[in-house]
Amino acid sequence: MFSNRKFNLLVPLFSILLGFLVGAIIMVVFGYSPIDGYTALWNGAFGNAYYTGETLRQSIPLALTGLSIAFAFRSGLFNIGAEGQVFVGWLAAVWFGITFDLPAVIHLPLSILVAALAGALWAFVPGLLKATRGVHEVVVTIMMNYIALHVSNHIIRAYLLESGSRTYRINESASLRSEFLTDFFSGSQIHWGFIVAIIGAFIMWFILEKTTYGYELRAVGFNPHAARYAGMSVKKNIIMAMLIAGGFAGIAGAMEGLGTFGAMHTHAGFSNLGFDGIAVALLGANTAIGSVLAALLFGALKVGSLSMPPVAGVPSELVEIVIAIIIFFVASSYIIRWAVLRFKKEEK
Amino acid sequence: MDNYVVEMLNIRKEFPGIVANDNINLQLKKGEIHALLGENGAGKSTLMNVLFGLYQPEKGEIRVNGKPVTITDPNVANRLGIGMVHQHFMLVEKFTVAQNIILGAEPKGKGRVVDLKKAEKEIAELSERYGLSVDPKAKISDISVGMQQRAEILKTLYRGAEVLILDEPTAVLTPQEIKELIGIMKSLISEGISIILITHKLKEIMEVSDRCTVIRKGEGVGTVNVNETDVDELASMMVGRQISFKTEKTEANPKENILSIKDLHVQDIRKAMMVKGLNLDVRAGEIVGVAGIDGNGQSELIEAITGLRKSESGSIQLNGKNIENLSTRKVTESGVAHIPQDRHKFGLVLDYPIAENMVLQTYYQKPFSNSKVLSFKNIYDHANQLIEDYDVRTPSPQTKARSLSGGNQQKAIIAREVDRSPDLLIAAQPTRGLDVGAIENIHKRLIKERDKGRAVLLVSFELDEVMNVSDRIAVMFDGEIVANVKPEETNEQELGLLMAGSTKEKAGEN
Repeated sequence: MFSNRKFNLLVPLFSILLGFLVGAIIMVVFGYSPIDGYTALWNGAFGNAYYTGETLRQSIPLALTGLSIAFAFRSGLFNIGAEGQVFVGWLAAVWFGITFDLPAVIHLPLSILVAALAGALWAFVPGLLKATRGVHEVVVTIMMNYIALHVSNHIIRAYLLESGSRTYRINESASLRSEFLTDFFSGSQIHWGFIVAIIGAFIMWFILEKTTYGYELRAVGFNPHAARYAGMSVKKNIIMAMLIAGGFAGIAGAMEGLGTFGAMHTHAGFSNLGFDGIAVALLGANTAIGSVLAALLFGALKVGSLSMPPVAGVPSELVEIVIAIIIFFVASSYIIRWAVLRFKKEEK
Repeated sequence: MDNYVVEMLNIRKEFPGIVANDNINLQLKKGEIHALLGENGAGKSTLMNVLFGLYQPEKGEIRVNGKPVTITDPNVANRLGIGMVHQHFMLVEKFTVAQNIILGAEPKGKGRVVDLKKAEKEIAELSERYGLSVDPKAKISDISVGMQQRAEILKTLYRGAEVLILDEPTAVLTPQEIKELIGIMKSLISEGISIILITHKLKEIMEVSDRCTVIRKGEGVGTVNVNETDVDELASMMVGRQISFKTEKTEANPKENILSIKDLHVQDIRKAMMVKGLNLDVRAGEIVGVAGIDGNGQSELIEAITGLRKSESGSIQLNGKNIENLSTRKVTESGVAHIPQDRHKFGLVLDYPIAENMVLQTYYQKPFSNSKVLSFKNIYDHANQLIEDYDVRTPSPQTKARSLSGGNQQKAIIAREVDRSPDLLIAAQPTRGLDVGAIENIHKRLIKERDKGRAVLLVSFELDEVMNVSDRIAVMFDGEIVANVKPEETNEQELGLLMAGSTKEKAGEN
């Protein structure tokens, strides 16, 4: 018998392996070499310092949206709204970075904080409606995503536009980028955000596992009835869980605004950072450390797959299918967990 | 040569690490009610799941009408005429009775359209034949639990069952519905149906069954004819030791008023007034039992006292201070403990370890946390102490509450509530679904708390419990306390009438 902990680790690993296997079969079926394809994927993700930096850079916002969704999930809520919270966080961080000129030690943390507040505010609306009116958070967060997308586009065009579809650049004092990191990773867009993501993961773990707040949030997530009978306020906890989840997603937006781009563009559609965060949280079993590791995998897949068409000759459409299949298997780890348990039972 | 419809011989069923059934024999005669008795976890359900084809036995033989059979899945069991009514009903709430019954065996009319009319007619006939009086066109969500159970029974009959397995059928019923169910069971056997009745309620067995097979810790103890035995013998067969049914207690020594409720009005979630001008006092050192049929405002009364529901008017005083419409936390802090009626839903966070469940109301206080940071060392020390003091059987304090038996879950809740040294202890259905050993333990615990000078309010639908444990019985009917009686000055007959709304004078005449 596996211990429960070991089992929880084995299932996602097995899912990942299975995803790669089926992806390989598809490449073979269409006449491409999976060995070449996956070699290109690996080299494109970790082959040299530049690619490694890019993979890390891509993982940063994914880790934070993953934390956002995982945190809400542990409290019994489904935060589909990370996408919109990323937008408002991104916009708020960029606005603060453009408008103010402060010493970096103050400007940078404040910009991140402003983004967290914006994300929290965006999540507060569905939290409040759920707590007081019983409106399902999935419906409200989806609508809030569209509001965020279009409102941020409008604000960029009306107030912050420098040229084309891009805002002014943020002041240097609010930037997460550094010469040192860029040089170390051979010109990659990597920035100090990875430290923010790690701190975020630590904060989530600490709040959930070590504090009375986390004890209440998890109790409400597992069994709101018992929590209410024990004298906890279910409403307060729903709102609080959404606020914190929104804060994480807002910071994910700040990573794009203050780190990768140093500005914000108008968007024709969603960034998918929030939606990919759902898969990240699922694969990470809704834990802090799990979300960080899962974000690394997703970052590697996204960055590495860019090298598959030019290097291995696999057409980009097929690459997308292969990546989608890997994500599919990863996200369906619940099914795999069930299948493994079933298999074990039959053995007996 | 007896004509047995079902025989289970030397059945053995193993699960990883445990033998759930060993050497069990059960022989069901045609047209009898055969009780299967055992404590929770004794292996009753496993044995029935073997018969119903959900598990395969490692050893042993099953015969139906004398022929050896292998029952690989429930469909095979159905074809052999074995039907099972589970404790938790398997019904689609939004469907009618008839739609539920034909589900999976739909009669096809012209052009493969489901012939509901025909089904409804057949079901109505079946219902009449067995005296079930179920309306096939009624929606499941609109009918009472008792009726839903009859719909389940009809479902098995419709599929041609001749052997009926009833799993704890009375656990969810009111005393009145139990009486009706017993009538139905008798009319079923008179029509040649045979019934296996799974239960741990001894009185029911004495009342309806012909024979009784007892299992203890997975092993068959034996089969007895019910008219040649008595409750005491059955109980000691089941538990393996003598059990006293008359809960032993000394005379109560009530002191000052702890809880004082005056003219309380409470609405339920649909805004119907459920508690209508209720008055009730509970004094230190006494157990007041609230007797009543489910749905007469008991839940709303408890929720109003514990701050889970707002009251419309009236006052609730604890030690002379008003506590009506305070938050649950404030009520808890002012000295009220509550053993809720549904331990899974309200009493425990099943996915939390036992230790964390034991601080569910006190986690934010010292020593369990310090400036909002939990102290797991103190939480676990506290749990170890309670586990020892209250004899909670758990592999460790880290074990999830979900994995404990019902009796031990309830012990954990009681340990948590009693340990806070409350002035008032409210126990709602504290022994529901527990076996006799656990019930005895919990009753003793309540009396011990009374002897320590606490006020105990016991709300129960089980008349036996109210009669045995209470020092004073308050009968609740239609949102009011209609009578206050002493258990030694009344009987079940009188209480039953009072609970049904007769006045004390009338009830006394009977």
